[in-house]
Amino acid sequence: MEHSTVGQAGAGARFVNIGERCNVTGSARFKKLILAGEFEAAVEVARDQVENGAQILDVNMDEALLDSEAAITTFLKRIAAEPDIARIPVMVDSSKWSVIEAGLKCVSGKPIVNSISMKEGEGPFLDLARKCRAYGAAVVVMAFDEVGQADTVERKVSICDRAYALLVADGTDPGDIIFDPNIFAVATGIDEHRRYALDFIEATREIRARCPGAHVSGGLSNLSFSFRGNEPVRRAMHSVFLYHAIPAGLDMAIVNAGQLDVYDQIDPELRDACEDVVLDRRDDATERLVDLAERFRGTDLAEEKKLAEWRSLQVGERLSYAMVKGIDADIVADTEEARQLFARPIEVIEGPLMDGMNVVGDLFGSGKMFLPQVVKSARVMKKAVAHLIPFIEAEKEATGATQGKGRIVMATVKGDVHDIGKNIVGVVLQCNGFEVIDLGVMVPWQDILQSAKDNQADMIGLSGLITPSLDEMVTVADEMQRLGLTTPLLIGGATTSKAHTALRIDPAYDGPVIHVVDASRAVGVASNLVSDTHREPLILTTADDYDKLRKSRERSGHSELSTLDQARANAMPFDPSGQACTPAYPGLHHFGDWPLKDLRTSIDWTPFFRAWELAGTYPSILEDSVVGESARGLFADAQAMLDQIVAERWVTPKATVGLWRCKREGDDVLVLAGNDWTRIPFLRQQIKKREGRFNMCLADFISPEGEDWIGGFALGIHGLEPHLERFKQTVDDYDDILLKALADRLAESFAEVLHAQVRNRLWGYAEEHLSNAQLIRENYSGIRPAPGYPACPDHSLKPILFDMLGQNPGEVTLTENFAMLPTSAVSGLYFGHRDSQYFGVARVGRDQLEDYAERRGASLELAERWLRPNLD
Amino acid sequence: MTAADTFRAEAAKRILIKDGAYGTMIQAERLKSDDYCGGLDLMKDQKGNNDLLNLTRPNVVRGICERFAEAGADLLATNTFNANSISQADYGAEHLVARINETAARLTREVADAFTARDGRRRWVAGAMGPTNKTLSLSPKVNDPGYREVDFDQVKAVYRGQVDALVEGGVDFILVETIFDTLNAKAAIMATLEAEQALGRPLPLMISMTLTDLSGRNLSGHTVEAFWASVRHARPLTIGLNCSFGAAQLRPQLAALAQIADALVMAYPNAGLPNELGEYDEAAEQTAAQVREWTTSGLVNVVGGCCGTTPLHIAAISGAVRDCTPRAVPDRRPGTLLAGLEPMTIAA
Repeated sequence: MEHSTVGQAGAGARFVNIGERCNVTGSARFKKLILAGEFEAAVEVARDQVENGAQILDVNMDEALLDSEAAITTFLKRIAAEPDIARIPVMVDSSKWSVIEAGLKCVSGKPIVNSISMKEGEGPFLDLARKCRAYGAAVVVMAFDEVGQADTVERKVSICDRAYALLVADGTDPGDIIFDPNIFAVATGIDEHRRYALDFIEATREIRARCPGAHVSGGLSNLSFSFRGNEPVRRAMHSVFLYHAIPAGLDMAIVNAGQLDVYDQIDPELRDACEDVVLDRRDDATERLVDLAERFRGTDLAEEKKLAEWRSLQVGERLSYAMVKGIDADIVADTEEARQLFARPIEVIEGPLMDGMNVVGDLFGSGKMFLPQVVKSARVMKKAVAHLIPFIEAEKEATGATQGKGRIVMATVKGDVHDIGKNIVGVVLQCNGFEVIDLGVMVPWQDILQSAKDNQADMIGLSGLITPSLDEMVTVADEMQRLGLTTPLLIGGATTSKAHTALRIDPAYDGPVIHVVDASRAVGVASNLVSDTHREPLILTTADDYDKLRKSRERSGHSELSTLDQARANAMPFDPSGQACTPAYPGLHHFGDWPLKDLRTSIDWTPFFRAWELAGTYPSILEDSVVGESARGLFADAQAMLDQIVAERWVTPKATVGLWRCKREGDDVLVLAGNDWTRIPFLRQQIKKREGRFNMCLADFISPEGEDWIGGFALGIHGLEPHLERFKQTVDDYDDILLKALADRLAESFAEVLHAQVRNRLWGYAEEHLSNAQLIRENYSGIRPAPGYPACPDHSLKPILFDMLGQNPGEVTLTENFAMLPTSAVSGLYFGHRDSQYFGVARVGRDQLEDYAERRGASLELAERWLRPNLD
Repeated sequence: MTAADTFRAEAAKRILIKDGAYGTMIQAERLKSDDYCGGLDLMKDQKGNNDLLNLTRPNVVRGICERFAEAGADLLATNTFNANSISQADYGAEHLVARINETAARLTREVADAFTARDGRRRWVAGAMGPTNKTLSLSPKVNDPGYREVDFDQVKAVYRGQVDALVEGGVDFILVETIFDTLNAKAAIMATLEAEQALGRPLPLMISMTLTDLSGRNLSGHTVEAFWASVRHARPLTIGLNCSFGAAQLRPQLAALAQIADALVMAYPNAGLPNELGEYDEAAEQTAAQVREWTTSGLVNVVGGCCGTTPLHIAAISGAVRDCTPRAVPDRRPGTLLAGLEPMTIAA
């Protein structure tokens, strides 16, 4: 909405918009929704108002056909579940106290009651005021007394004055008193009504002077009641009224948030006519406004103007604007228009497109723009470039367009399939003028080094998400050393770290090795590496940095380890009373197409934003002062894509669950899957523990005596490929990354939903009623640790789990390094014991390594490779 | 002078010390089911029902209380965090709620008075009320966001039962603590205000919120400023934060609260963040050093400990803040303070 009469200033708001649309007496649409019991749509009415700038939300359910108490209760509880609505205070609005009280019992913040008055005398008035206080609510006091509603300046002022004295003497905080001196309709044709607006304004000035700390509010829509159906005139009247009433002391009003015009932008003729009416400046003011009103019916100047603005710019400016705003709707047409203007197609790229991209780069670099917007901008750039390339090639200048600052070969290493982060880095580098040769996922070192050689790459970037990829990166570094390369090697991805890079990769390769924390750092690092002056300093400081890190690691030593025997002696005792029951449905269960709608509602959004390098917790991230706008835009795009994913069934969630009889043997669990016993060896914590703390091992959650039960699962989100292919065709990195990130979220959500299904039904040891937030916080009994994660760090247990689940469970397959395909997949074991919990195995000793190798029936060397992240 | 007057007068001179946590101290006693149940005829396993120990093992409770008093606590809270009929229903012990609260209050009163008699220094007793395990603001059913397991009047009545019994046992103040749901707290406040009216004498409230994540909100989604706006009508003796995280992580929210609240500020953090086993292992000196930093920054008036804090922690805190100046309580700020999940100020 536009602010000029209605802005905010200083420490507190100067004028407060109270959203009026959630009112069955004032909004026909809202009334229809509530009467039909369509609360979900009614909640959207509230959301619209908040988005349009309402700072307080008025809620009124006074309707003869309604059970108003029930309606207000339901509605207030519903909006309490919507953080973007519930963030603002509520005004509980009713002429019936029972409805107000029902509402107050559902409002958790500090609301306003609208309203109480002295119409039944001072005693009942004070009773209600005390009740409001006990509920922690501010009150609107209507200028109404035993005689009736105040309609003159004098009556308005004297009633408010008396109410103020009574309330303050009774202990009400003056700041919690808001007077409503009654806005009545003007321009009704009745002479007595001519001064109503003016009287209100004058009374307001007097009340504010006499009642320090108290506020004045009013319901604005009454004023223009005689122009029902003529919105432009009503809005102009409201705007003119506020323009004069606010300086007099009106500091809040119930308005249609988002429907207030800026005083200066109202047609001068209309504005004057409204002013004549509001201020009662001429005898014929009403007739003149009525005459004029017909001409303005149905016009909406501000709207049209806003829409036309950027499309009417010069084509070059339009291109830059589209780049910066990430708008791709008209990009091809605009690019074509620009191409015809310029002498050569390359100039379009070098001129307006690069101008826009430079602005984006600067904004991103200075932290004023965030990753989702950058990727959107890049999408616009790529679409424009894609349009131009055929023309450039026709000019035999193919190299001109894409040759940039430097060339980087990027790949996700062998055995790993995750590429969201790598793609983001690729896009950001491209935006900044680098040529990126992306070899994709599961790329063996031979192909990476061959491509680097063939393309004379200035640097090589490796990415990976699972821990075995860390080893694979060391292998690439080893091979680069063997071949005598000097090309800089950049390391990135979720499991990589500066420490691992310094301790393991850097020593393997004499050339420069640099760990890149996130996409925003990638540009700086890559730019420095191709700069004559910055290259050496960066390489030297990084090498020095890593050297220091290695030395400090040597010095700091490690926390002491217990021997394996000591650790086992300090195991958590098994509590038989916490054991889960026998599963209701033992054996294997296949789910070929889980409803996507189920998964959508239980998505944990926080990691989604993290994938886009937006820091914060959902939902508060949407309101974050720094990244909020960016997060909201991204979230809206994600919701829109989810709508399509669900409606058009883009993907298929498949899963297999197994629940098996098992028994324990030391730190191993023997599982009866099918007719054979399968041995699953677990690792035990060996860090020395304080008195009373146990050395944990997953096997401890299985009964040491007799029979117990264990479960396993694998699930995947299938069918992304045709859509990713489509995005590739339309040069759409943004949608590509968005879909992959959403598929990851759906997989995690599926894991959570499936686990709940197992606990409550298939295994059936629990009976829960959990909210989504509780699910995300894991407020339930039982765990689902995954091989490769802290409690069970050995990825190589996955093939064993998959065998038990009967080969390709959930149609998920494994790569040679135990990464799962499809990429959005989750697998793990189920433990049902009440005391089962997540922990980190952390460092283990040689003794456990040897013991583990024997239990797995593997060579020491192989076991060492599996457990490398957990060894010294 | 009323208890609140003496408390305020003393708090103007020095930082006051609240005791530490019962829960983790009781855990360390490694009591068995039978210890909990005593001779009571209860159908369910009582293991973990710490509040029941007021009846069945009063000496354990008294021992902990005494150790906190010896460590330097001025304010002793009753061991009644879950002594409400909602939480006790899980143990089938809801019919014992009044007895538990009254006994706990009496027992704590006795310890407080004995220590006061010994050295002449006044100790105050706060009747502790936890949040119950039901929430008025959130739906436990994913598909039905309008559903609630309990309603306001029910929760208010539950609190009223606890307040009346605590008062009967002789507490000075009512401490509503670990507030994860602001609406639950508002029900507790209303119950206390109504009890106060029935009693005919002041029944001061101590109000303490808990944060669920580092963004600084409680489970119902309120920021500390919004929370203050929502409970200010109680005119509490103290307002503050407890549990949540360790002292270090609480600091930003505590600073925000200290700036706006025209009441004494009380904060009692956990002994650091739990380790991977959910246990607290921050050393007493560490907690004390962080708490001391609060006091030197003028953020608090009353400090103590929550989960994982032991008499060692309380003694360390007490020693660390001995020479510190208490926070000056600011005047009530002019203007109107409203709140949804976030605060809203309207200039006066």
